[in-house]
Parts: sequence; structure tokens; C-alpha cells
Amino acid sequence: MRAKIIPLFFWLLPLAFLAVFYFYPLGSILALSFSRGESWLQPFVDVLGNRGLRGVLGFTFWQAALSTLVTLAVGLPAAYLAARHHFRGKSLLRALSGVPFVLPTLVVAAAFDALLGPRGWVNLSATNLFGLDNPPLQFVNTFGAILVAHVFYNLTIVLRLVGDFWARLSPRIEQAASSLGATPWQVFRKVTLPMISPALTAAALLVFIFDFTSFGVILVLGGPRFATLETEIYYQTVALFDLPTAGALALIQLLCTLALTILYTRLSARLSRPLELRAPQAVAQRFATRRAKWAASAFLILLAIFFAAPLGGLALRSISRVGAERGQIAAQPGLTLDYYLALGEDPHGNVFFASPGEAIRTSLLYAGATVALALAIGLPAAWALARRRDALLSRLLDPLLMLPLGTSAVTLGLGFVVALNSPPLDLRTSPVLVPLAHSLVALPFVVRSLTPALRSIRPRLRQAAAVLGAAPAQVLRHIDLPLVGRALLVAATFAFAISLGEFGATALIARPEFPTIPVLIYRLLAQPGAATYGQAMALSTILMLLAGGGMLAIEKLRVAEIGEF
Amino acid sequence: MKVLKKALLLVVLVGLAGCAPTESGGAPRTLTVMTHDSFAVSEEVVAGFEAEHNADVVFLKLGDAGEATNRAVLSAEAPLADVFYGVDNTFLSRALDGDIFEAYASPLLAGIPDEFELDPEHRALPVDYGDVCLNYDLAYFDEHNLAPPATLENLLKPEYKGLLVVQNPATSSPGLAFLLATIGHFGEDGYLAFWEGLVANEVSVVNDWETAFYTEYSRWGGERPIVVSYASSPPVDLIFAEEPMDAPVTAAVVADESCFRQIEFVGILKGTQQRDLAEAWVDFMLSPTFQEDLPLQMFVFPVSPDAQLPAEFVDFLVEPQETAFVSPQDIAGHREEWIQAWTNTVLR
Amino acid sequence: MLDLRDLHKIFNGKPALNGVSFKVKTGEIVALLGPSGSGKSTLLSIVAGLDHAERGEVRWDEKKMSNVPAHRRGFGLMFQDYALFPHRDVFGNVAFGLQLGAKPAALIQRRVSEVLQLVGLAGFERREVSSLSGGEQQRVALARALAPQTRLLMLDEPLGSLDRALRTRLLEELAAILRKARQTSLYVTHDQEEAYAIADRIVLLKAGRVEQVAAPEELYRRPATAFVARFLGLHNLLPARIVKAGQRTWLETPIGRLPAPQTKLSGDVLALLRPDAVKLGRGLPIKLNGTLLSKRFHGRNLQAKVKVGETHLVLELPSDATLPRQRAKVQLSFDPRQAVQVFPREA
Repeated sequence: MRAKIIPLFFWLLPLAFLAVFYFYPLGSILALSFSRGESWLQPFVDVLGNRGLRGVLGFTFWQAALSTLVTLAVGLPAAYLAARHHFRGKSLLRALSGVPFVLPTLVVAAAFDALLGPRGWVNLSATNLFGLDNPPLQFVNTFGAILVAHVFYNLTIVLRLVGDFWARLSPRIEQAASSLGATPWQVFRKVTLPMISPALTAAALLVFIFDFTSFGVILVLGGPRFATLETEIYYQTVALFDLPTAGALALIQLLCTLALTILYTRLSARLSRPLELRAPQAVAQRFATRRAKWAASAFLILLAIFFAAPLGGLALRSISRVGAERGQIAAQPGLTLDYYLALGEDPHGNVFFASPGEAIRTSLLYAGATVALALAIGLPAAWALARRRDALLSRLLDPLLMLPLGTSAVTLGLGFVVALNSPPLDLRTSPVLVPLAHSLVALPFVVRSLTPALRSIRPRLRQAAAVLGAAPAQVLRHIDLPLVGRALLVAATFAFAISLGEFGATALIARPEFPTIPVLIYRLLAQPGAATYGQAMALSTILMLLAGGGMLAIEKLRVAEIGEF
Repeated sequence: MKVLKKALLLVVLVGLAGCAPTESGGAPRTLTVMTHDSFAVSEEVVAGFEAEHNADVVFLKLGDAGEATNRAVLSAEAPLADVFYGVDNTFLSRALDGDIFEAYASPLLAGIPDEFELDPEHRALPVDYGDVCLNYDLAYFDEHNLAPPATLENLLKPEYKGLLVVQNPATSSPGLAFLLATIGHFGEDGYLAFWEGLVANEVSVVNDWETAFYTEYSRWGGERPIVVSYASSPPVDLIFAEEPMDAPVTAAVVADESCFRQIEFVGILKGTQQRDLAEAWVDFMLSPTFQEDLPLQMFVFPVSPDAQLPAEFVDFLVEPQETAFVSPQDIAGHREEWIQAWTNTVLR
Repeated sequence: MLDLRDLHKIFNGKPALNGVSFKVKTGEIVALLGPSGSGKSTLLSIVAGLDHAERGEVRWDEKKMSNVPAHRRGFGLMFQDYALFPHRDVFGNVAFGLQLGAKPAALIQRRVSEVLQLVGLAGFERREVSSLSGGEQQRVALARALAPQTRLLMLDEPLGSLDRALRTRLLEELAAILRKARQTSLYVTHDQEEAYAIADRIVLLKAGRVEQVAAPEELYRRPATAFVARFLGLHNLLPARIVKAGQRTWLETPIGRLPAPQTKLSGDVLALLRPDAVKLGRGLPIKLNGTLLSKRFHGRNLQAKVKVGETHLVLELPSDATLPRQRAKVQLSFDPRQAVQVFPREA
């Protein structure tokens, strides 16, 4: 009897959280939106009857699917290499891949511009080398830009979720298959793929939903020719104030997400099974043949360049004089730290001025709160999910956890304004709303990181502990937690990164005297001027370093038994 | 005995009522001002107001102008603040239809030119304005021995082929403003033909101001020397330049009706508990102290003709005499239609 | 005292335990013997509280255990697949139970090294469990179960992976420890020699039922059923018939007519001719003639197959016995009172 109550209670916390801070605001704004229309059904009829909007829906799916496929295609080999092999610079590459996750879209656009823009490195070198009239590579306003940016942002999800899980699987089973005569491809298809499928499907789902609801990338890098549900919702809401249409679009977007996550939970419940977990060190090997070593090295170097080049370009811009002379390479000689120094100055006495130190402090505070909140809510949820995966409760409620990710930020933001307007929930202007909103987004990541790991713990180990005298709470503390320690850290780094780079929720929150770093960057970018642009680059570089450093630090964390395994 | 006790109690109660804290010499009251993200003001200026009125001013920044207006309208029944600043003329109808303001005929309105008072009922009062105009890069035109465009019609000329970058009016505020400028200039019947001409002349469209300005504009390393920006951009560029410049290296096209004026308004939100303080704040925003702070903080211009502009603006700002005009009601009524027509003409 | 009453358990639709009852007295070592699939591990799970029986009771000192969760029963269990905690080193594993009881660190330290010494892994405290060989892992699991000194200790094939020398030594030491500590133990194995060596009593399970409970010698000398005999490796089960004629009864067997042992059985039976009771030569009362088919050296004894009539008999002879060459004629004899037992025919 008690065994039934505990999982229920573990679900109560995340459910209550979602109910109050997600369903209630969402329901409020949708109800309000539809009540402003002729009828509840009419907006849907209009939307689905509109060829243009149907096209937008189709494109949203298409670009998300393609982006996800490419991300997986690049991420899987990367995850494999990181999981099964030692190589120098592994942690660095891992941290590097996580940095884009944190950067606001405008900054990423600026980074790619430094590299691939009309007067970026690549184009300038090409025009100079081949004597061309016009820069050959058009990056901004192309579909390619959308794809590249999505991969840039989301590769780390595959790397971490799949890579970490893979790293702990014993290679013995694959070796057994080999010894029975299976070719490497057969081993991969019949043995490895099924084994890593829980983490793989989780990563694929997350990446897809992110790409599906992508806003900044489509807007800034895709340009006017591309529209997704999210940009359309923004347009309908902000530009046209057509709430019924926006509401219908938001609901459609939500239902798509729901359908996907239901599909996923069905699939993943069948795929998770107790596996033999080993400590990562025990599993990693060196490269077998020289050819393998060269191939892997080439791949890893390319990957490193993929990340380092734009980010490095950004950092370079922050220390070089902006305002390139025509006809010369963009990065001028004349490195300077002026922009960094200027960040600390407030020549016009702006009341909203915040020094980078203050902005860093604010950002870190919010990030810390988000990590704590997301873990506090996500861990019990993941645990309940892992234990009773076939229970009706889990099957119904698991998809619900994912919904906030697939919900339009514009709609939800309005929902907060409309719903949370009376005490004790009058949080619309409270800073508390920031970590709450961030946690809503981080929660799916936390749960998806932890659940496969929790499910893979052999029940026998828990039994062994019980028989040695460990009460259920002690089993949790001494067995479950340490064994998912790694996954816990991954979850924490995600929550940290999401909070650090989140712009939408933080922008609308009170206390503009205490901006976070992305908010400050956006402010700087919104004015013309070499000095402010340079400062924006400098602050972006600081954000990059903070994010990379923070994630590295969390991963190196060893608290009690957590983290070793 | 009982009667005496009752009388005593009454006296005590009345005495206590009389001792309720009054404004002067009590704790500071809080005034909440809701604005958009671009709002900026000097610390001293705010501090001055706070000292004078024994108030604590709390700012809320709630998104861009459109988002902030939406939030104000949707929270009408439980307002987030006492005052809302940041509605501009493209969203004015939305705000007024949402019935979020309480009228206030500030005495300072007397000194403000009529052209700014788009709300005769004084629910929304004008505070500042900015002109969205074409900017061009002087260096480029010097190099290529080309005369910079002087009017909108010029842009259709073959020598300006492939030189213009604009923003999508669906996603960008200056983008929308420029579209409205063309509508005001060419009329509802003629503006699409103009845009067809621009398309034929290889106009480039991006979604946001930052990309247009910092990526495409040749001033910052792009390929296009003409961009939609603000009349204030050239002097601001000079102010925030790296090395001191004698004169701006960019300029704006300010021919008649080639710019669109964005006016920003402030209003007291219905349901405020601090009506008197809110009125004081509105007056304050229209006073010289605040008006003169505007240019260097938000790069917009004071509506009050008495406000002094900073030196760089006085020296280098070229203001348009006549801007294209489209009424807020027309904007509200036709926005979707115009954007759709524009999209069909330019993006398809 | 552990009291198991009529335990029933269905597993995958089939009965895994079909009415198992027996007792383990305090301080007693009981071996649970039986072929794979006889329900031994299931039984241990139920006693430990990790699983629940559909019917029947587990009692300890008269107290019903059905409402007591596993971690409060105070029963130690060593698993057949070790179930070592991968995230803890050897010390961490062995000390786990002690640390939960919040014992002082020095005491824990001492007990752990004591127990590691016992299993022959002294100095292994800081080793990673994943780096240990199968035998070492098994011993760590054993040490872990021994460390807390529980009121009942259950061991599931604790010496399975070990080589013979190690197994023998550990078996002796284990037996010594358990007796000295008067540790009530339930020892599961499929190896009868282990059972003989360590148990005070042996419970033989067949398909979820108790086939026989007896002290080792008793079990060996007097198997209760043909199954037990077969399980114990006692060959030469011959189909036979008990024939009564007046006052006399005898046994009709394929190798001839034999005096019938004391039994209540009648009609068709199985007769056991104990392999170790048949000797070469003519020394004992009943004599047989046969042909030597094969002989095999088994270290401690010699196994010879002899054909008598149409029947193949197996003989266990001392290893220094002299045998003629193959296909030679041999003479055998036995004492029916020692060598012959009868069992009912099996269904």
C-alpha cells in the first residue's frame, strides 16, 4: 500500500507546479483569446482553411525534421567517439558544444556573420583569392542558415544525452555479438542501437521540439521568406493583436507537441530496460587501427572547428576595432580591451545601467535558482516515471511534462500576465517568475536526462541494498542517486544553460535595474554605434566564457558519491 | 459609566484617525511605471522626481512597444502599473480601444505642438518622437562617385540597383514605419507600384533592424549602403564612435514625406491608486528636465519645443520638415491588409 | 527459528513453489539442495521479503513476517549474481550494511577487514569492483552478506564461480565461521558435496516441493525417493517387482531374484542397487557375474560399468582397486541389507 502512495506523491509536486504555472496561465490566455473571436471553433476553421497558414505548419514540421536529422547524423558519431574513447580535449569539446545553447540568437547571428557574412572571413578570403566581384557565399536569409544554426544550438543535446548514456553501457554485449560473427554495421544496428535507443529517442524528441518552436533562428537567420508557427504566432499576437488566430495557432502547435511526446512515451517505455552499467572510465578505449584514429581525429577536428570558428570569431570581434575599412580583412590589427572596460562605465547615467559584474551576478542567481527548482521538481518526477512506467499515471502524465517546451513563449508570456494577477499568485512582476519560467523549460530536459538512467538501474541492486537494511529512502540516496549522478549533472548543466541564455521570460520581468546578461546584450545591440556594438560583442564573449566555465565546473563536481559514476 | 467608556473610545478612535500618516514627512509612496524595453532615463533625473515627490519609482519593462501594449490591454482589469509609457502611434488605437487609460489634461500640454496630440481626449499624451528615415553611407557614395538618393522616388533609379536593404514590416517596427511612410507618400493606391519598382531594383529584405544595420549596411561591413533606420542614427553613430569624428559618416534622407514619424505616448492606467502621483509623473515627463534627457538616453526627440537638444544633435541632426502621415485609426484598421499586400508584392 | 509454512508461488503461470514447509532452528545451517528451476532462489526471495508468496507464511520466532518490509527483517542475503554496487569500491560494498546501522567508523573498519580476511581478499578495500575477476566479485558479495551479522543469513550458490581448491578451503572456513557464530543459515546449492560439508540438515527440493529433509548422512544413506537417489548420483535404479509368497517376500529384478528389504511397498517398484555397496569378488552374500564394459578414473574413486544380463550396472570402487581389462568377465557381490533400497515407481 505504501509502495503505491509514494510514487503518487512524487508526481504530485511536478503536477502541482505545472498546473499552477503552466496550465492555469495557458488556459487563461487561450480562453481569453477565443472569447474575443466569433466562436471557439471559428479560428481553427480559419487557420486550417488558410493555405498560407497550412504552408507555415508544413514548413515548421519540415525544417524541424530536417534539422533534427542532421543534428542526429552529426551528433551520433560524435557521441560515440566521446563515449567509447579517450582523447585529448574531450571535456573542452564537450563544454564548447554547450556554449551555443546559452547564446541569444542575435549573438549567434553576429558570430556567424563574422565568419560567413558578406564581409566575414570566408567571403573575404574567397573574394580576395579568386578576385570575385561579389561575395560567393550567402548565409543570412537562407534555409541553410536555419539548418546550420539549429545544429549549432542543439548538437550538445545529442552529445550529452546520448553520449553519457552510451558511455556507461558495457561493451561486452557488443563484443559478444562480434564474436558471433556480426559485422560492425550489424552490431550497431542490432545491438548498439537498441541499447542506446532510450537516450537516442529522448534526445531526438527534445531536439525536434526545440527546432519546432524555434523563433530567433527563423526570424534573424532565416529572414522574411521563412515563417514557422512560432513566428506566425508572434506576428498575429504582437503586430495584429489577433488573439483568436494566435490562440488557434498556439493550440495547434501544442497539440503537435503533445502527439509527438505521446508517441515518444509509448516508444521509450518499450525501449528502456535494465542494463549493465559501468563506470565510464572502465568502458573507454583507445583507437583500434591507425585509419580509425585518423578518421576519428579528422571528424573531431572538424567538429571543433564548427564550434570554435563562430565563437572564436565573436571573441575576436570583441577585442578588435569594429568598423572595418573597406577592402580589408574584417578583423583589424589593433586589438583592444576597450570594449570590456567600457562595459563598466556609464557615461550617461542611465538608471538601468548595470555593470557586467552585476549582470553576471543576476544571471548566476537566476541560473542557480533554476537549477535548484528544476531538479527539485524533476527528480521526483523522473523517479516516479522510472519506477512505474506502465502505470496509467505515467503514461498520461509523462507527455504533460514536455508540453511547456512546445508552447509558444509569446502565448505563455501573455498567459502569465492574464492569469497570475491576484494574490497570492500575483507574480507577474515578481523576479520569482524568472526561475519559474526557466524551470518550466528546463523540466523536460531534467526528466529526459534522468529517466533513462534511472530506468537502467538493475532492480537487483535495490534489492541487495534493501536486504542489507536500507529503507526505501536510503536506497534512493545510496543507490539510485549515485548511479544517476552523471545524469543528474547533465540535467543540472542543461538547467543552468537554459536559464543563463533565456531571453524571453527574463526580458518581460520586473527589476529592469537588474538585467541578466542576454537582456543587457540586447540593449546594447539595439542602438547604432561602434562603441555599443563592440561592448555587445564583449559581453557576449563574457557570456560564452561564463557558460562554458559553468558547465565545465558542474561536470567536474563531485559531491558525496554523486558524479563519480 | 458605560456611556463614559464609549465616549472615551470614540475620542481615541477619532484621535487615531487624525493621526494617519500624511504624504509629507511619511514613508515614500511607490509609483509603478510600465514601459517597453528601450526605455532609458538618467538616474539623476529620476532621483530628482523621487526627491521632490517623496516617491519611489519602480519601472517595469515588458517587451517591445507592441508586446507592452498588449500586456497593458490584457491586464486592464488588474493593471500592472500606475502609468504606461511607450505606446506609439502604430499601436495607439489598440491601446485606446482597450480602454486602459484615464484621461488627464496636463497643463504642460499647452506648450506642445498640436501635430503630436493624436488623442483629443488626452488619455494618451505625447512625450517624444523619432523619425524613421532612409540612412546612407557617405563613404560608399564618395567612392563610387554617386549622388546619394534624395527622395523615395530616387530609389527606383537604375544607379541604385541592389543598394537598399529594408526590414520586414511584419516583424520590425522601423520596417513597418517605412512601409507606412511609402503609404503616406504614395497613397494607398500607389505604394505597391513603388514597392514593385524596389523589387525590380533588387531590394534586400531582412527581418530585424540589427541584421539590416549591423550585417547588411555597408557602414558596418555589409554590401548595401542604404538602409532603413532613424534620423537620429547618424549623430548617434558619431556620439558612440570609436575615434572622435568631425562629422557623421552617414546621413539620412529627409525629403518631404519620405520619413515616418513615430510618436510615443504616456497615459495613466485605469485603476491606479496613486492618481496624484501619476499625474505628477506625466507632468514630469513633459517637463524640460525629462524632455532634455531623452535624446541621449533613448535617441528620440522631445515634443516640447522648449527643450534644448545636445550639441551633437544641434550640429549634425537633419530633421525632416514634413513626414509622411497615416492616422493611428487607419493603421489599426488596415495594418494586416497592408502587410499582406506588401508580403505578396515583395516576398513572393 | 525460521518457520516456513506451506509456501506457494506462481511464476510465469507455472507453480514455482508448491507447498514448501520446513524449519530452520536457531544456530542451524540448513542446505537447500535441488536442481536448477526447483524454486530455490524464489524461496530465498520470499524469505528475504523481496517477493511475496501467494499462499503460506514466513515466520521468525513465531512472528509473522508478511507485513515486515525487506529492510527490516534482519535477514541477510547473498545473491547468485552478486549484485555488487558498481559505484562503490570493495570497502564501500562490504561496509554498506554496517554504515546503514550507523556503527562507529573504527568498528566498521575492523569488521570489514576481518571479513575480507576471511574470504581471502585482505587488502582489497580500495579496489574497484569492476576490475575484479568473477571469483573475487563473488567473495566480495559473500563478505558483504557476512559483515552485518544478521539473525538469518541466506546464501545463494555462494561458491559457484570458484575453483575447487578455493571452494574447498572457503567451504571449510565458512562452515567454521557459521558454526562458531552459531549463525542461523540457509545455504542454497546444487552441489551435494557442499551441502554435505556444511549443512546440519539438508532440504531437497524438486519442482517447488520438498522431497526430503534429513541430515547429510541420512540423506545419502536413505534417500526417500527415486528422484533423491538420482539427484544424489546413486545410479542403478532398476525396475523391479515385490513378490509375496506366503510368509516370504522377494524382489524380482532384471539381475535376478533378491531378498526384499523391509518395506511397506508392494507390486511394481524401483530398486536401487547402491553403486558404492557392490564390490568386486565373491566376498558378500549375493553374487553376480558380469562383463566389464568400461572403467573411468575419477580421482577419488573409480567408476566401472558392468553388464549383468541385459542391465548396465555402475560401480563405485576405491581408486586403487584393480580391474581386469575391458570385456573381461568379472564377479561381483553385495550385501542386500546395505545395498538394496526400494522406491515407488514414478508417475
